[in-house]
Amino acid sequence: MFNYYLGLALRSLRRNVVLTVLMIAAIGVGIGASMTMLTVFRAMGDDPIPNKSRQLFAVQIQNWEPRRGGSGGAGGSPDNLQEQISYTDAMAFMNMRAARRQTAMYATGAALTPSNPDLRPFQVHTRAAFADFFPMFSVPFLYGAPWTAADDEGRSDVVVIARDLNDKVFAGANPVGKTINLDGRDFRVVGVIDRWEPIPKFYDLNNDMYGKAEQAFVPFNRAIESQMASWGNNNCRGDVGAGWDGHLHSECVWFQFWVELPTAADAEHYRMVLNNYAAEQQRSGRFHWPPNTKLHDVREWLNYQHVVSNEVRILVVVSFSFLLVCLLNAMGLMLAKIMGRAGDIGVRRALGANRGAIFSQCLIEAAVIGFAGGLLGLALTMLGLVGLRSLLSEEVTRLTHFSLADVAIAVSISVIATILAGLYPTWRAAQVQPAWQLKAQ
Amino acid sequence: MLKMTHLSKAYRTEVVETFALRDFSIHVREGEFVAVTGPSGSGKTTFLSIAGLLEEFSGGEYQLDGANVRGLNDNQRSRLRNEKIGFIFQAFNLIPDLNVQDNVDVPLRYRGFNGAERRRRIQESLARVGLSARARHYPAELSGGQQQRVAIARALAGSPRLLLADEPTGNLDTQMARGVLDLLEELHRDGATIVMVTHDPELAIRAQREVHIVDGQVVDLAAQPRLVTAASAHP
Repeated sequence: MFNYYLGLALRSLRRNVVLTVLMIAAIGVGIGASMTMLTVFRAMGDDPIPNKSRQLFAVQIQNWEPRRGGSGGAGGSPDNLQEQISYTDAMAFMNMRAARRQTAMYATGAALTPSNPDLRPFQVHTRAAFADFFPMFSVPFLYGAPWTAADDEGRSDVVVIARDLNDKVFAGANPVGKTINLDGRDFRVVGVIDRWEPIPKFYDLNNDMYGKAEQAFVPFNRAIESQMASWGNNNCRGDVGAGWDGHLHSECVWFQFWVELPTAADAEHYRMVLNNYAAEQQRSGRFHWPPNTKLHDVREWLNYQHVVSNEVRILVVVSFSFLLVCLLNAMGLMLAKIMGRAGDIGVRRALGANRGAIFSQCLIEAAVIGFAGGLLGLALTMLGLVGLRSLLSEEVTRLTHFSLADVAIAVSISVIATILAGLYPTWRAAQVQPAWQLKAQ
Repeated sequence: MLKMTHLSKAYRTEVVETFALRDFSIHVREGEFVAVTGPSGSGKTTFLSIAGLLEEFSGGEYQLDGANVRGLNDNQRSRLRNEKIGFIFQAFNLIPDLNVQDNVDVPLRYRGFNGAERRRRIQESLARVGLSARARHYPAELSGGQQQRVAIARALAGSPRLLLADEPTGNLDTQMARGVLDLLEELHRDGATIVMVTHDPELAIRAQREVHIVDGQVVDLAAQPRLVTAASAHP
């Protein structure tokens, strides 16, 4: 009977084109608005590394004195913790080697002078990190491999570059063993990263969280020794120190620190190690407050850093409220349409259709309307995303892709929501008494 | 075939109870062609609604083809209606966006016949009413008489045990009405059991037997003055 009801639904929709178009438009507009916001919301809050997000932890430690008499503690955060850490702590954590893998890192940059005379020098966003960065974050390699721990220790002049940079400088050929010149210093290319664009850029949310991953990666110790300046967020309080060394050994926070802790026991152990370290700093007189450290896994870190802002959450709620209003409109139109066909329904009841048959017929009609509304909603979502691209920054533009899964979600939401909205009109249709056909004559 | 005994039907509001049928008894045997007549408001249509299981009754008994229908639920009534009863309405009640064969197909769909069986029955019933050539026409493309014949084909398609006709010629001109009546008489001659509600005495006289209703009760026609003569009923 499904095919029969489907055929009847299509005939019915053709019968009153104006009402049909209005219903589909109402649902389509609602779906378009809500899916546009949902796409942005999901992209912003998506797990950027689902297979390891529970094993990777951002490390925080309180190295600033709490502010008195207000909720804004160190760095303005209620928990007195900054999102980044100081060089002193970064190095101490690296030396502890208490995790399976660990890396301190910071955002920097350099001027790249290509060997190809046709290319002019250009700036390259660079990340200084330790060798563990690449296996920790499951970075895929197109050519070569990460540098080694020995390169970290030896402050080697090695570099890992991104595929885009390789395309630009080496025309996409395998560059391993060749050199690039960064800020006047030659770096030997050891690897090329394949396409890798975690969204958001969870390992450094302080600096362009929706931006592209860096184009070049150099050993942390090499960058520090070469005094490659921070291109990212720096927060300081009190004495910022004089010169590069003074800045390094100040309490300024500009480093991110991540550890890989495969099990809950590992995480518990690392917390203890962190607290012991903070207690030691307190005993030594560097900290004048009790130990305050924290580990956040990736998902917790995204929440802690408010990656999805409250404004976006509110917009999602508003857009779904709008969908609800659209569905109520569609419900009214459906009710009008179905009651306009009460005569036909009465005839069908007289000829043997039970209430269930009428209910099924009308519900399938609602589902067809929902499906068509979903398709229109998809088109409007695409338009909405194009609109966002023209209004918002390039970073947000990168979020606004639409996958097959999103198509399925949009159509499913539309069909299910329309069926729910159609329940009342359908119920009313099933209440049509067959005797009305005789009495009405 | 159809037996109602002391049947009653009351419509209740908060303040008043009105009986459309009261102590109503009728017995239609298999193969009979019975006309049910009476003035407007006498209860003819209520009788037909209850006979066709379109409406429930308040009291008494009703047996259809030997089965007591009291207390049946909606599904059971719908199935019984679909299998045992064919309806012919005054206003034809064809579904406008279905063509002729799809209209005839409606009760067959609810019966659950397979495609081949439905096609066979549609062809046979359309042939029976002489409209095979119009199978793909839509109701709006047919005359009133043709539409009523489609309705009759639809009523016949499921091989019902009982045909219930409600003023089947009420919306037709004289010539078309004659054609429809001829068809009903032909069906009766072939063995169909027909109950036809009409207020037209000239139509009633074409039936095998006439049952007259006044104020929701069957009255003895012998005690009433004859409404029409046989001569005037057969011009």
